[in-house]
Order: sequence, then structure tokens, then C-alpha cells
Amino acid sequence: MNANEKLWGLLAQYENPATVYHACEKVRDAGYQQWDSCTPFPVHGLDKAMGLKPSKLPWAVLIVGVTGSTLGLLFQMWAMGWAYPMIVGGKPLMSLPAYVPVWYEITVLTSCVTAFLANWIMNGLPQPYHPAFASKAFERATDDKFFIMIEAADPKFDLEKTRALLKDAGATQVEELEP
Amino acid sequence: MATATAVVLPDDPKIRGDVTLEDPVGGREALVRGPHDFHSVTELVCAVNEKPILETPNPFKFGIALAAAGAAMFGGYIGYLFWEGPGIWGNNNPVGWAWDIVNFVFWVGIGHAGTLISAILYLFRQKWRTSINRYAEAMTIFAVICAGSCVALHTGRIWMDYYLFPIPNQMGLWPNFRSPLEWDVWAVNTYFLVSTLFWFTGLVPDFATLRDRATVKWRRMFYGALAMGWRGSMRHWVTYEKAYQILAAFSAPLVLSVHTIVSFDFAVSQLPGWHTTIFPPYFVAGAIFSGFAMVNTLMLPAREWLGLKDLVTVRHIENINKIILLTGTMVGYAYAMEFFVAAYSGNDYEGFTFINRMFGPYWWAYWTMVSCNVITPQLFWFRKIRSSPAWTFVLSIFVNIGMWFERFVITVTSLHRDALVSSWDYFVPVTEVFFLLGTFGLFFTLFLLFVRFFPVIAMSEVKSVMPQANPHWEGYGHGAHAHGGGNAQPATAGGH
Repeated sequence: MNANEKLWGLLAQYENPATVYHACEKVRDAGYQQWDSCTPFPVHGLDKAMGLKPSKLPWAVLIVGVTGSTLGLLFQMWAMGWAYPMIVGGKPLMSLPAYVPVWYEITVLTSCVTAFLANWIMNGLPQPYHPAFASKAFERATDDKFFIMIEAADPKFDLEKTRALLKDAGATQVEELEP
Repeated sequence: MATATAVVLPDDPKIRGDVTLEDPVGGREALVRGPHDFHSVTELVCAVNEKPILETPNPFKFGIALAAAGAAMFGGYIGYLFWEGPGIWGNNNPVGWAWDIVNFVFWVGIGHAGTLISAILYLFRQKWRTSINRYAEAMTIFAVICAGSCVALHTGRIWMDYYLFPIPNQMGLWPNFRSPLEWDVWAVNTYFLVSTLFWFTGLVPDFATLRDRATVKWRRMFYGALAMGWRGSMRHWVTYEKAYQILAAFSAPLVLSVHTIVSFDFAVSQLPGWHTTIFPPYFVAGAIFSGFAMVNTLMLPAREWLGLKDLVTVRHIENINKIILLTGTMVGYAYAMEFFVAAYSGNDYEGFTFINRMFGPYWWAYWTMVSCNVITPQLFWFRKIRSSPAWTFVLSIFVNIGMWFERFVITVTSLHRDALVSSWDYFVPVTEVFFLLGTFGLFFTLFLLFVRFFPVIAMSEVKSVMPQANPHWEGYGHGAHAHGGGNAQPATAGGH
């Protein structure tokens, strides 16, 4: 058991998108939960092969965007109509069409800032350290190699069986990662 | 440390992922030329950034020294303007807006091509954009920085610029949200911020590539901080791609709104020559036209000197030139339509303004504009010309010049003949040429620094459009098997 305490998980390397794709299907079908694949670019359909659910990010953007948009319009109406009411260019105080451009820009601004921040927050980034960073081979994960990592914390994890599964799926190398 | 078995690469080049010129999945010519695999794309792009600082090529050092001198001069010029006030310009009583606004509209227009490439072509699934979007976006950001400094300086009392923002103050006063000039503040600032966020989001996976390849500490620290621990996790990619799509979906209408609002600065006024409903679409077409010309001006030397011809191919040049031809023709149509509307309206002032543009004191500016913007793009009907880098480069310079003159013509010729003859005057620039050169210095300083330290080509995106990026590419053996049944595995896979 001593060896297992120092084990974070297994890291398997695959050579191309096709092998990692089919390997992910196998890992998914074997019922693993705490696992991931790392690829230099988003391999088309790999989310399906992994059985991932669609991202919830659009909901965050929708909620904050609608809020920002509403506040943006209300602020203009308040500033122009109540806080310092002043007739400019003979327009009425509630000259709604004149508020449209800034209203629009505020909507875009709040939505985009939300999309940007939510992307990193939901992904848990910045994350200065990850067990896979200790692996020399993993340096190619952002270049041309494809990886699957299965965590030892996964209930289905069994060092030998999991290793065999990854190997059988076409891994060119499997290594153990320390936490 | 972890135990590791040796890496065994499969011998079959098809499984290893070497590229052919044909793209069997898309049925089109491959976007990446030459025998490239994922790794060689990484090598090609990173080679530019990974050259040690001391081995920077001399032409580059010379270029950045020149650009930085221009930027430093711009700093000095701003100080001079701060000290003396806008009296250092040739602006006079009817011509209250001149090069300050001309330069602003010129630069903000240039920015538009970058967002068009990165957002609109992305939404239309134009895969060829992947190898040019990164520096087109960089161009956008730096052009908007130049535009922002022009428009911040044009106010004259620069230290009062904070009035433009809704900052609570002791007078209880807010900016006038009914003013096109205030709309412009929001449009340009939003545009700058959103473009920067979009650009940075795209850069993160490539920063991670540079971090993982770093051989010296400062590079690992620098790119490591920028990459924020990105590891290419598919769980991250899912959210990342969604965020990227949303940013693109917002940027596409944003870019159209920005130049529309810039045109409102003119069109909402009552001045003949400015008060025109055609302005928003005409300005947007002109912006895309000038921006794509600038993309060519920057891209052609870059692909030559940085050795990126396999990624930025003649097909890219041709596609860009087709867009220049289209938008240039739209701009030419708008010029003609302005005259038609002036004639058809029967309004004497409107008619005078346009005849005066053609044959008045600024006839030379008008005809420079027409010859550069209407005539030169039409040469791109010829395939020989639009696929020739040399021709394209020369014509792109003409378009840049023409589009600067367009803004000059619109701004200055409309103003210099006021409603009363006693108020007429002629605008002559005094020190403004340093203003324009200074912005070019700033622009090229930022751009050259970007080229040197940031990945100029979106590597992860280029890899994703290579034919072997598709898991069902026939090189992986799917042609012979029924889908789902056969597992495309290299020879090293055991157990079957």
C-alpha cells in the first residue's frame, strides 16, 4: 500500500487523434469518472468520446449579460433623466433611441468579460501545478502527443487493470504520476 | 519519479500523422502546405520566438530601433501638445477637426480587419483564417491603441479626459449619453477590451506550448505565467471552446457597431458632407477594406522573413485580396452614391459640398483617394495580380494611403467651407506629420515586440484544421473498416 499512497494516477501517451479517440471511448465505457485527456488542440468529437456534458458557461454569460444590459440602460436613464436632468438638443429626457448605442456596448462588454473570466474560473485556472507537469513526456501534450490520465482516486482504479486498459487501447507509454 | 517506458513511434508515416497535400476529409486542398505534421508546425512557429535574445537578426534590431524611435518621438510630441495645447496643429476656425480625427478614424478602421478575421470568419467556419488570425488580432489591438491615443489627444485639454467616463464627481454631473462622441468612447473602449480578451484567450494554449518547450528559466517563468497552467485538458477545452465561440459571437456585431458609431460622430451632425444616412455601412466597408490592406502590408514581409510560407499560403493572399476587391467596390459605390444623393436631394449646400470636394481647393486629396481606393482594388480581378505577393504588397500600400485620404477628405473638406463665405478658410498642417509618424512608431514597436515574443500563428488552431487532426482521417485506417468496429491502432498496440 505504501506505493499506492504516493500514486496520483496513470498517464498514458497516444500518438494520434484517432487512437486517443478510441482509447477515450474505452475508458468511458469501462466506467471511469475521475479521468481526463490532454491534447494539443480540441480533437473533434473527443468530448463525446469521453462522455462529457456540454459546458455551463453560456448560462453564466446569459445571466450576467442580461443583468449588465438592464443596469446599463437603467443607469443611462437615471443619469440623464433624474440625477442631472438636462435637455440636450431638444430631445426629451427619456430619449431612448439615443441610449441604444451605449446600452448595446455595455451588453457586449459585460457578456464578454463574463465569458472570459468564467472560462478560467470554471476550468480552475490559473493552476500553477499539476501532477502531470512532473512528466517529461507530458511536455509534448501541448505539441503533438495525446494523453489520457486516470486518477488513483477513481473508485474503479486498479493499478494493473487500469494500466492494461490504457496499454491495450494503444498507448505507446504509460507512467505513474506522483501527487 | 514516475517510471517510464520508452516511447515507440509507429513507422507508418500515415499513422504518425504526416500530411499530404490533399485533404481527403474536406475534399479540398490542404491549408498547410508541405510535409508537415503537428510537431513540425510547432517547430516552425516557435522558432521565431525561441531564438535567443542575443541572436536577434540585425534587420529586426534595426526595425525595432526605428519603430521605438518613432514611439519615443510620439511620447515627446504628446508632451509638447500637453505643454502648448492644440495650437501646435493647423486647425483653424471652421476646421476644428483635422489630423487628430483623421488619424483616429484611420487607425480604428485598420483594426476592423483583425476582428473580422478572428470573429466573423470563425463563425462562418472559414478554416483558412487560423493561420492569419493571431497577428490580425494583434494588429487590431495595436491599431486601436493608436486610435485611442489620437482620440484622447484630440480633446485638447488632455487632463480633462476623465470627463468622458461616468465617474461620480462633486458636481453630480454625468457624461451626455445622447452624444455620439460619448457613444464613441464606449464603442472604442469596449472594442479594445473585448479584442484583447479574445486575443489572450486564443493565446493561452500557445503560451503553454512555449512554456513546455522552454529551455531557459526566464522563458519558462514568462510563458508559464501567461499560460496559467494550461495543460490541454479536454474538460478545459470544452468550456474554452464555448467561451471562444461566445466571444466571437459578440465580437462580430461589435466590430460592425464600432465603425457605425464612429460614423455617427459625423452622420449625426447637421453638416453637409457628414449628415448622410449611407455613412454607417460605407464606413464599415471602408474599415474592412483598409484593415485587410494593412493585414497584407504586415503579412507579406512576415511570411517571407519568418519562413511561414507553408502556413500562410498564396491561397490566403488571394482570399484577402478578394475581400479587398469586394469592400473596395462597395467603397467606390458609396462614393458614387454620395454624389447621387447630393444631386437628387436638390439641396444647394449638399451639392456644393460634393462639387467642392472634387474641384475645390482640396481636389488633390479627393483624387488621391479615388485613384487609390476605387481604381487599385479593381486590379484584383486578375488572378495573376491577386496571387502575386509583390503586386499585393504594392497595392496594399496604395489602399492604406487612399483610406487615410478618405478620412481627410470627409473631415477637412466638409468643414473648410462653412455656411458663410466670410468663415471660409484653408487648413494646412503644421506639426501634425509627427503625430501620424508617431502613431506608426508606436504601432510598429508593439507589433515587432509581439512578433518576437508571442506565437505569431495560432498553433493549436492550425493543428486542428490539418487533415490528420480528424480522428476519422483515412490515414488512420478507417477507410478499410466499418466505423466503430475497427480500432485504428498503431502496430505497437497489443492485446488484439
